[in-house]
Amino acid sequence: MFEANQLSLAIWLPIIGGIAVLATGNDQRAALARIVALVVSIATLLVTLPLYSGFEKATGDMQFIEHYQWIPALNINYSLAIDGIALLLILLTAFTTIIVVISAWQVIQEKVAQYFAAFLIMEGLMIGVFSATDAILFYVFWEAMLIPMFLIIGIWGGPNRIYATIKFFLYTLLGSLLMLVALIYLYIKSGNSFALADMYAVKLSLTEQIWLFSAFFMAFAVKIPMFPVHTWLPDAHVEAPAGGSVVLAAIMLKMGAYGFIRFNLPITPDASHSLSGVIIVLSLIAIVYISMVALAQTDMKRLIAYSSIAHMGFVTLGLFVFNKMAVEGAIIQMISHGFISGAMFLCVGVLYDRMHTRTMSDYGGVANTMPKFAAFMMFFAMANAGLPGTSGFVGEFLVILGVFQVNPWYAIIAGTTLILGAAYTLWMYKRVIFGAVSNDNVKALMDINNREGFYLLILTLSVLLMGLWPAPFLEIIHTSVDKLLTLAAVTKL
Amino acid sequence: MNNIFADIQLATPEIFVFSMACIILLVDRFTHERMPKVSFLLTQFTLLAGLFLVFTTVPEGGSARAFNDMFVLDGMATLSKQAVLFLTFIVLIYSYSYITERKMYRGEYFVLILNAVLGMMVMISASHFLTVYIGLELLSLSLYTLVAMNRDSDLATEAAMKYFVLGALASGMLLYGMSMIYGATGSLDIETIRDAIQGMESDDVMLILGLVFIVVGIGFKLGVVPFHMWIPAIYQGAPTSVVLFIGTAPKVAAFALIMRLLVDGFQGLAVSWSDMLVIIAILSMATGNLLAIVQTNLKRMLAFSTISHMGYFLLGILSANPNGYSASFFYIIIYSFTSLAAFGLIIMMSRAGFEAEEISDYKGLNKRHPWFAFLVALVMFSMAGIPPTVGFFAKLSVIQALIDVEMYWLAVVAVLFAVIGAYYYLRIVKTLYFDKPETSEPVTAKPGMQFVLSVNVIALIIIMPWIGVIMDFCRNAISTMG
Repeated sequence: MFEANQLSLAIWLPIIGGIAVLATGNDQRAALARIVALVVSIATLLVTLPLYSGFEKATGDMQFIEHYQWIPALNINYSLAIDGIALLLILLTAFTTIIVVISAWQVIQEKVAQYFAAFLIMEGLMIGVFSATDAILFYVFWEAMLIPMFLIIGIWGGPNRIYATIKFFLYTLLGSLLMLVALIYLYIKSGNSFALADMYAVKLSLTEQIWLFSAFFMAFAVKIPMFPVHTWLPDAHVEAPAGGSVVLAAIMLKMGAYGFIRFNLPITPDASHSLSGVIIVLSLIAIVYISMVALAQTDMKRLIAYSSIAHMGFVTLGLFVFNKMAVEGAIIQMISHGFISGAMFLCVGVLYDRMHTRTMSDYGGVANTMPKFAAFMMFFAMANAGLPGTSGFVGEFLVILGVFQVNPWYAIIAGTTLILGAAYTLWMYKRVIFGAVSNDNVKALMDINNREGFYLLILTLSVLLMGLWPAPFLEIIHTSVDKLLTLAAVTKL
Repeated sequence: MNNIFADIQLATPEIFVFSMACIILLVDRFTHERMPKVSFLLTQFTLLAGLFLVFTTVPEGGSARAFNDMFVLDGMATLSKQAVLFLTFIVLIYSYSYITERKMYRGEYFVLILNAVLGMMVMISASHFLTVYIGLELLSLSLYTLVAMNRDSDLATEAAMKYFVLGALASGMLLYGMSMIYGATGSLDIETIRDAIQGMESDDVMLILGLVFIVVGIGFKLGVVPFHMWIPAIYQGAPTSVVLFIGTAPKVAAFALIMRLLVDGFQGLAVSWSDMLVIIAILSMATGNLLAIVQTNLKRMLAFSTISHMGYFLLGILSANPNGYSASFFYIIIYSFTSLAAFGLIIMMSRAGFEAEEISDYKGLNKRHPWFAFLVALVMFSMAGIPPTVGFFAKLSVIQALIDVEMYWLAVVAVLFAVIGAYYYLRIVKTLYFDKPETSEPVTAKPGMQFVLSVNVIALIIIMPWIGVIMDFCRNAISTMG
C-alpha cells in the first residue's frame, strides 16, 4: 500500500505526527514532545528517500502518480505526482525540518509542543505544495502553510513580531487570492478541469496570458520575494525565531520560484517570453540594489535576509532567460541557498541565544571566545559569497554562464554579486568575529556545544558535497528541465 | 380538489412541529416547577423527530405541490429544512446552560423557538405569496420576542425595539411589493406569476417597482447593506443564545426565500434583480469588512462579519444560474455551521454574571486554555476563508460561479475584500495567541457542551475529504426545483 501512496505518506506522516506532538500537552512533558518531533522528522526523511532511489531519471514525466476523486461537483481531485525539480525540493524540506528540530532542542522553552507541531505540520504542507498536480489541492496546501508560519513568528518571535507576522500574512494572502481567481479562470477555459496538465494544454490569447501571468506573478513574486514586493521579508525574518527564519529562507522562498516553474512558464509561455524583460530587470535590481542595501545593515539577520533576496534574484534571472544551463543553475541555486541561508540564520541564532542581540556593534572578537563556531561561520560566509568548492558557487556560476549565452550585459551586471556578496558577508563576519574582544558579554561567551556542532557539521558537509560533486543533483533535474523548456517554448496563441 | 390526505402527508413535519409546540406550551405549565428539564428535552425530541419526518417525506419524482399549489416540497426544501432543524437542535444544546444561568429558562423560550422553526419551514416550502408572508411573519414575530426575552436588560429591550420597528417596515415593503406584482400579473401564486412575467415587457414599470420593493424587503430580512442597520444592534444587545439562533438557521431560510421569490417567481426579470444584487453585494462586502475592523466587541464584530458574508453569499445568487444557486446554498450552509461554532464558543467562554463579549476578554487564551484557543482560531480561519477550513471552499464556490458568468471584476473585488476581512479575523487570532492574558482565572465549561462544540469546530476541517459530497447535495437539491 505504501508503495502506491509514497507521496501521501510523506505529506500526512509529519502532519499526523505534528498532531501527536500537540497531544503531548503542556510544557511539563516538553522532553517527550521533543523526542516525538525528532522521531517524526527523521521518519519523514526516511519516507522521502525511496522517492529518490525509485526515481526514473530518464523521463521528464511526472512520477509517483496518485489520483483520487475529491470534489466531483467542481472536478477537483486529490492528485499528486512529482518530477525531478519537485523531488529535490521535497528532500530539502525533509532535511531542513530535522535541522530545525535539532536546533530548537534547548532554545525553545515555552509552549514546546506547539512549536514542534507547527514545524511538522508545515513540513507536510510544504511537501504537499511540491507534489500537488491539481491546482486547488496546490492552493489548499499553499495557503494552509500560512497558518503555522503566522503562529511561529507571532508566538516565538522578537519584539516587533506582531506587526511582522500580520504583514507577512496579508501580503501573501493578497497575492494568493489573485492567483485563485486566475486558477478558476483557467478551470473554466480548460473545460472544467483543475488538473495542471489540462491547464498546460489550453489555448490562450496573449491578453489573457498577460492577465494570468500577472495574477500568478503577484502570488509568486511576493513569496520569492522579488523587488519591489520584498519588504515583508526583512521584517518577518528579523522577528521570526531562528527555526522560523530557516524554514522561511530555505523552503518557503523556494515556493515562489517553484510556482514560476509550475505555473507561469508552462501555462503562459507567450506572456513569459514577452514579459521576460521585466522579470530580468527586476531580478538584476534585486541582485545589485538589494546587495547594496545589505551592505548598509547593522542587524545581522536583516543583512542575511537582504542577501536572501539578492540570491533569489539569481533564481528568477535564471528561469526567465529560457536557457537550459541557466534554468538548471537556478534550481541548483534554490537548493544551495536552502543550505547556506539556513546555516547562516542558525549561526546568528547561536549568537542570539547567548547574547540576545543581533546588532553587529554589540559583538566583536567572538573568534577569541568561540573558535569552533568562528570556523563554521567562516565556511558558511564564504559559501554565501559564492566561493568555488561550495554549493553557492555552482548555482551562481551556471546561471551566469547561461545568461552570458543569451546576453553578456545581463551576465556582467549579475556578476557584480560575486563582489558585492563577498563585501557584505565578509564585512559582517569581520565586524562580528574578528578583532579584539569588545566587551564583557563577548568575553563570557561559551563555544558551541555538541548539538550545535552536529547540525552545523551536517550543513557544512551538504554544502561541500553539493559544491564539489553536483552531479547527483543535476542528473535528477536534466529531463525535467528539458520538459519544462519544451512547454515554455511552445506557443499557445 | 386533490386528495387531502396526500396533501397533509407532504406537510407532516410542519404539522408535527406545530402540534408539539402547543403540547410543550401546555406541559410546561405542569412541569415548570418540579421538572424544568422536561420542556427542553421535549423540544429536542421534536427537532430530532421533525428531522426524521423530513427525511421520510421525500415526494416521488423529487418535487410535489399541495394545498392548491400553496405549498411545495422539493429537494431544496428538504435540504433546507434538514439544515434548519439540525442547526436549531445544536443551538439549543449550546444555549441550555446559558439560559439556565441567566434565568431565561422558561417554557415560552422553547415554544417561541419551535414557532420560529415552523415559520422557517413554511417559508421554505412556500409557493404562494401568502404562504411566504405567513411563514416570514411567524418567524419574525417569534424572533422579536426572543430578543426581548431578557426583560431586565436595557440593551436587549432596545435591540428588540429596533428589530421590531425595522422588521415591521421590511414586512411592509415586502407586502407593498407583492401587492404591486399582484396588480401587474393578477396572481399571488409564484408559478403563475413566473409564467405571466414571461409574456410581459421586461421594463413594465409596475413590475419593476414591485420587484424593487421585494428586493428591499428581502434585503432587510437578510441584513445586507444598505438595509443592515438592525444587525449590529441585535447581535450586540440580544442574549447570546438568541443571537446564536438568529445567526444560523434563519440564514438558511432566507436563502430559500430568495430562491422562491426571486429565482422562481422573477426568473424573467433575472437581469434586473441580478444588477440590484451586484450593488447590494459590493456594499455589503465593503461595509461589513471595513466596519468590522474598528470593533472592540466580539459580537458586534461578528455582526459586521455576517453582513460581509451575506454579501459573498449573494455573489452566487446574482450569477443567476443553477451553478450559482447551488454555490450560494453551499455557502450559506457552511456559513451557518461556522457561525454556530463562533457563537457557541462565546457562550462557552461566558459564565453567570460575565459575558465574554469584548475582544480583550480573549487575550492570551492560549495560555489559559490552549484547546479553546485552538477552536476559536480555527473558526476565525474558516470565517476568513483560509484553507484547509471549509470556509475556503464556500468562497471558492461562489467565486467560481462569478467567473463562470464572466464577472471577473466582481470576483477581483470580492477577493480584495476577503483580504481586508482576513485582517480582523487575524486580529482575534493575534489576541488569542500573542497577547498576555489579563486574568489567570481558569476557563471552565460543561464537558458535554465542550464535546459537542469541539466536534462542531473540528468538523470545519475534518470534513475536507467529504466536502464534495455536501456540494453534490446542494447541486441535486437545486436541480429538483421547478
